[in-house]
Amino acid sequence: MKLLNRFIPSSGMRQVPKSVTVHAVLLAYTVIALFPIIVVVINAFKERRAIFRDPLDLPDSDSFTLVGFQQVLLRSDFGLYSWNSLVVTILAVGLVLLLGAMAAWALTEYKFKGNLLITFLFAMGIMIPIRLGTVSILSLMVNLDLVNTLTALVLVYIAQGLPLAVYILSEFVRTIPKELTEAARCDSVSEYKIFFCVILPLLKPAMATVAVFTMIPIWNDLWFPLILAPGEETRTITLGVQQFVGQYVTDWNSVLSALTLAIVPVLILYTIFSRQLIRGLTSGAVK
Amino acid sequence: MTPSNQHDEKKPFPWHLVFFLGPGLLIYVVFSVYPLLDTLVLSLFNEQQGQSSFVGLQNFITLVTDETWSQAFWNALGNNFKFFAIHMLVQNPIGLLLAVLLSSPKLRLSGTYRTLIFMPTMLSVVIIGFVWQLLLSPIWGISENFLYSIGLGQYFDAWLGKESSALITLAFISVWQFVGIPMMLIYATLLNIPDDIVDASVVDGANSFQTFWHIKLPLILPTIAMVSILTFVANFNAFELIYAVKGALAGPDFSTDLMGTFFYRTFFGFQLQQGSASMGAAVATLMFLIILVGVMLFLFFIQRRIQRFQF
Repeated sequence: MKLLNRFIPSSGMRQVPKSVTVHAVLLAYTVIALFPIIVVVINAFKERRAIFRDPLDLPDSDSFTLVGFQQVLLRSDFGLYSWNSLVVTILAVGLVLLLGAMAAWALTEYKFKGNLLITFLFAMGIMIPIRLGTVSILSLMVNLDLVNTLTALVLVYIAQGLPLAVYILSEFVRTIPKELTEAARCDSVSEYKIFFCVILPLLKPAMATVAVFTMIPIWNDLWFPLILAPGEETRTITLGVQQFVGQYVTDWNSVLSALTLAIVPVLILYTIFSRQLIRGLTSGAVK
Repeated sequence: MTPSNQHDEKKPFPWHLVFFLGPGLLIYVVFSVYPLLDTLVLSLFNEQQGQSSFVGLQNFITLVTDETWSQAFWNALGNNFKFFAIHMLVQNPIGLLLAVLLSSPKLRLSGTYRTLIFMPTMLSVVIIGFVWQLLLSPIWGISENFLYSIGLGQYFDAWLGKESSALITLAFISVWQFVGIPMMLIYATLLNIPDDIVDASVVDGANSFQTFWHIKLPLILPTIAMVSILTFVANFNAFELIYAVKGALAGPDFSTDLMGTFFYRTFFGFQLQQGSASMGAAVATLMFLIILVGVMLFLFFIQRRIQRFQF
């Protein structure tokens, strides 16, 4: 509460323009948020001695080195890990969007027995984390012979992403005017065509929001890759980095480089899509 | 495909419904609903030498009373509540403050601040754990030197390595990473408050603090409640940060053990203790109940009480 007092124009103090205080606080917090990440990234490009002597200096011609990155690429298959993460994320997000949109359409458009129950079932999934079912998921995957396959991860992530997708997309389907579908039905257009040619294109903006929300937890997950697909061939980037750092913890160049390799692509993607993400967060899509 | 004969001829079997709903529902039920229910059932059985027998609530009784289990269980549960309390007391107030500042009228660069402050939230918890482990490392000494430069050097310690401070330090790392979420959600709510209401209070002579306290705060309470429940669920499900920084043993001496790491160890085993699917299922069931109770409390009490503030 003390911090909020700065909003009270105090007569005793020298009057500092309010916007200066606001900028000072926001700038300070921005530094706090970015500093740790920047320190790791700049030191990944420095020699071991420079990392310890001047950790806050930018790499210069003397201290610059890529030895850490060379070590990482030599000792582990970062290319493969990134590829695995990419395949799993794209397949899972793509299918969450398609199946989620189809389910959202069915649940909002058609009246049928069990509609309410299924809607409730999906709603539960928003709050109850899927990893509580891990014991059974693992034995299920063992029985289906899917352990150490990317398929196992894709299936679990679809199940994980669907509830929120169905919820957000249903809200969106409700805003589509009824006249649109009724006009199409009068022209005896099939239900399938109505969905794929009329509804699906209209859902695009909402699907972009869902895509971002679904993508982040999948890309960053450690739990399911660790339990369902820990093998070298199916390792995702998050698990790969975790294992690599655990193994080479004393090799500072390698550790810093491995972290940088995991951080930079995400930050590039984030800067590209941040507008989309923030619009999604602030448009009230998640209530 | 022939429609089923049992149905009225005028009302053919709704194949389109099966087509639209079927695939999604099937995957969701098989890989989420069924495993959850199966876990709840499994927690009532005991598996020994491949033989599974019904034992009722025995697994739970063992968890909360048996000497070898109960100490670890209550420790993890207590730590988890501490972890959650730190989030509530630190993450949400800072998020609120940042959101209020960001929504100041005619603030320049607000988009840039927003994007940059939200950045750590995007990264994997595992990566963030390692980043802070390096920064707080006494070997590297970045934090130590920084504290010396601002005259607080004597307070530096190997926080992550000490039993008394490791959990709190990890909680602060998590707060640092996720403060963007309350900030963003509260900011969105603040933007949606109609200008008329704020203007009216200003015309009535309220200063900006009074406007905030009496007008804006009640309107963002639902958002704060929602942020709290999201934090609750995420905290009682947390695993990655502890596993990355401290390993499955959640050291030193289990002082950073949370329900997530306890669940992992129970299920997969550690050191001399063998992993057990049914005990793992019992821990998962307890986590499920804790989260369920939290969500129910939110839905029935908080949500209802704050309803009257909504438009």
